[in-house]
Amino acid sequence: MLKPESLLCPKPDGLYCPPGDFYIDPVRPVDRAVITHGHSDHARSGHHVAAATPETLAIMGERYGQDFAHTVEPIAYGQTVTRNGVEITLVPAGHVLGSAQAVIRWKGLTMVVSGDYKRRRDPTCAAFEPVPCDVFISEATFGLPIFRHPPDGDEIAKLLKSVKQFPERAHLVGAYALGKAQRIIMLLREAGWDRTIYIHGALERLCALYQAHGIDLGPLAPATTDAAKGQFAGEIIVAPPSALQDRWSRRFPDPVAAFASGWMRVRARARQRGVELPIILSDHADWGELTDTIREVAPGELWITHGREEALLRWCELQGIKARALALVGYEDDEDDG
Amino acid sequence: MRAFAHLLDRLSLTSSRNAKLVLVRDHLANVSDPDRGWALAALTGELNFNAAKPAFIRKAVEARVDPTLFRWSYDFVGDLAETVSLVWPAQPGANREPELSEVVDALRSASRAEVQSLIERWLDALDPDGRWALLKLVTGGLRVGLSARLAKQACADLGALHGQSVTVAEIEELWHAVEPPYADLFAWLEGRSDKPDADHPGRFRPVMLAQAIDEATDFPKLDPADYAAEWKWDGIRVQAVSERGVRRLYTRTGDDVSGSFPDVVAGLEFEGALDGELIVLRDGALGAFNDLQQRLGRKTADAKLLAAYPAGIRAYDLLLDGEEDLRALPFAERRKRLEAFVARIASPRIDLSPLQPFETWDGLAALRTEPPEGDARLSEGLMLKRWDSAYEAGRPKGPWFKWKRDPHLIDAVLMYAQRGHGKRSSFYSDYTFGVWREDAEGARFLTPVGKAYFGFTDEELKLLDKFVRDNTTDRFGPVRAVKAGVDFGLVLEVAFEGLQRSTRHKSGVAMRFPRISRIRWDKPAREADELATLEHMLD
Repeated sequence: MLKPESLLCPKPDGLYCPPGDFYIDPVRPVDRAVITHGHSDHARSGHHVAAATPETLAIMGERYGQDFAHTVEPIAYGQTVTRNGVEITLVPAGHVLGSAQAVIRWKGLTMVVSGDYKRRRDPTCAAFEPVPCDVFISEATFGLPIFRHPPDGDEIAKLLKSVKQFPERAHLVGAYALGKAQRIIMLLREAGWDRTIYIHGALERLCALYQAHGIDLGPLAPATTDAAKGQFAGEIIVAPPSALQDRWSRRFPDPVAAFASGWMRVRARARQRGVELPIILSDHADWGELTDTIREVAPGELWITHGREEALLRWCELQGIKARALALVGYEDDEDDG
Repeated sequence: MRAFAHLLDRLSLTSSRNAKLVLVRDHLANVSDPDRGWALAALTGELNFNAAKPAFIRKAVEARVDPTLFRWSYDFVGDLAETVSLVWPAQPGANREPELSEVVDALRSASRAEVQSLIERWLDALDPDGRWALLKLVTGGLRVGLSARLAKQACADLGALHGQSVTVAEIEELWHAVEPPYADLFAWLEGRSDKPDADHPGRFRPVMLAQAIDEATDFPKLDPADYAAEWKWDGIRVQAVSERGVRRLYTRTGDDVSGSFPDVVAGLEFEGALDGELIVLRDGALGAFNDLQQRLGRKTADAKLLAAYPAGIRAYDLLLDGEEDLRALPFAERRKRLEAFVARIASPRIDLSPLQPFETWDGLAALRTEPPEGDARLSEGLMLKRWDSAYEAGRPKGPWFKWKRDPHLIDAVLMYAQRGHGKRSSFYSDYTFGVWREDAEGARFLTPVGKAYFGFTDEELKLLDKFVRDNTTDRFGPVRAVKAGVDFGLVLEVAFEGLQRSTRHKSGVAMRFPRISRIRWDKPAREADELATLEHMLD
């Protein structure tokens, strides 16, 4: 049997495939990159060839300009391309619009790079599909047993209850610009919030892109300064997390600072950021999803790319699952994305 | 339990007083009896279980979760109750989620051994927020930053929701006459029944407070002949009640502090209710506030402490004389009764706050600036009370004024700024300032002497915030270091009430009640005050 390291191995620039001569989510410009999803720590500009789902390529074009790579190679979900005999298939990862797992097959060996993923339903992207494999290469952003994200519906209900309770205040929801923002808007729509949702300028283009991909976010309007302060009373405004404590937030009447992130599970994190209403909503798998996925995919071996790998390694040890940490650097363990 | 858990969760992250009031009021309005009553009891500190020790909780969780994973989790979260609430493995469908009242009932009746297995079963059944709330409840102390007074205000607000005009003073007066879970209180607030009977021996009577005087606008309208003046003592406002065998010492918000002052309580050899200042009283002489501080915040007091810092009351009003309620009488009348009362009990622990005769406001102003030798030198200023004023709960405008002595002022240099909370979370609004001192070589450097977060207008806050952002030299989490040196820096005129030696501060001094009185954009940093100037001001 082939050693998995001969098919994929960690290098300073990212996971590298020697027989196929390509990288997966490289952190620096390379000749050939397969990109799992559009978050900037995974999708960088300047590669010679960038292969990804059409949605991810569209997101990169929106963020970096249309010349973000010399050549782009769209690979639709389920489609397989072959490179020097190595088969590459992209399968939905359930993280954000266009996010994919990269399934790499070569000489009877199957390795799956999860990218970032989650298992619960998300109305803005295709659901994660488990693929049986020899080696599963997983993220572990929330790889600690304290992280068990509550049901989305409860969190949205918390937000809507607060809006009702404080009708004279604006509710300012910090949400990562790609994925989280659109997901929370969709979840609000599903919960019956049909009023205009105001958005920070930094979200406009990505929201438009989601709309163009058939995700109906309902009525949106820019949260502009020229409006009277009172206009935002009782309204919901979505903004990038960094804007919550920014001078930008002063235009709203006594805003309730809400923040949609898996990190909000820990009160000290909420307190640190001055968040009054934590919304525990993540685009990453929580502890239960990570361990359930490993059980379901049942790989011969687990590799962990980034996050809190030590606890997941410990769990694998207790379960008798062979596992190693790759300790890849450059993927942000950032509070904003989560 | 779920609603209560959500309430605690939100309160723990809410800093605005008004927002807290809305959260508590809505909880009381939306949750039924008896759960809401137990919630109110928990919030006002009336429920104290201490049913479980951290060691037991730790053992229980380590029987369910790998100890290594638990340790890493605890390291990450930093709070035991929160960590346990998050890692405790859910047992869906194992048990029904308990209501708060079930938990309270069980804790009140179960033996210690039973309590532990009950707690484990409840933890199995609850969600993480519920587990967190339960653990706070059973380990004692909710610590969600809500005062008992605020919870009582929320009760009054609940009354308002039902068209009832109820003041917080009424709730306070009733408070010691009602028992958790307060069904009778809620019935009255919701207009379903009469006000519960407040006639409860030893109860608290809501206090009368004074307005700060505005010298320029108030004095021209006031006739000196209408007012009595006395010193404003720098202690703790208390109400001492001794009624039908029940003795209590209350703070001005109705918190019972009898336990901390057994010496004072033992001296309440009378039938009545006194209003006065709790002070350290040594052979009739007033001790400094710092002395009193040694006695504050302690649940019990040992003999050594009692001997070193003997506490007493300087009385200035009489609310109850025997069985007679004096509150409707004019101050002049109450004062006569008070003088006779204090003379009658002749206790070394209770003396009379003397009146200061005066003819004109100017004459009184001179007295305030230069108090006579003795206790008056330690006073905070003067109190003015209308001779004809009834004793009215709250802070009515007109009958009573406080006229504080001018604060101390120093010019200090802004050194650090920290983000505020709530409304001010986008502003650097908490300022640490320092004054000059010299090192062994004679080089001047700034040493921090205090921190202030008010005293400025909203407009000034914007300018200060901009100054901080434009002149940041370093960041530590929510704190920024600001450029401050001999040649550049922002001078703040800081006002404060007093200064004491402190071993906890690098500078060796600690200010009382510091606030920003002026921003000296014009003043060069090199001309700010020296530490030596402050040392001369030590009380």
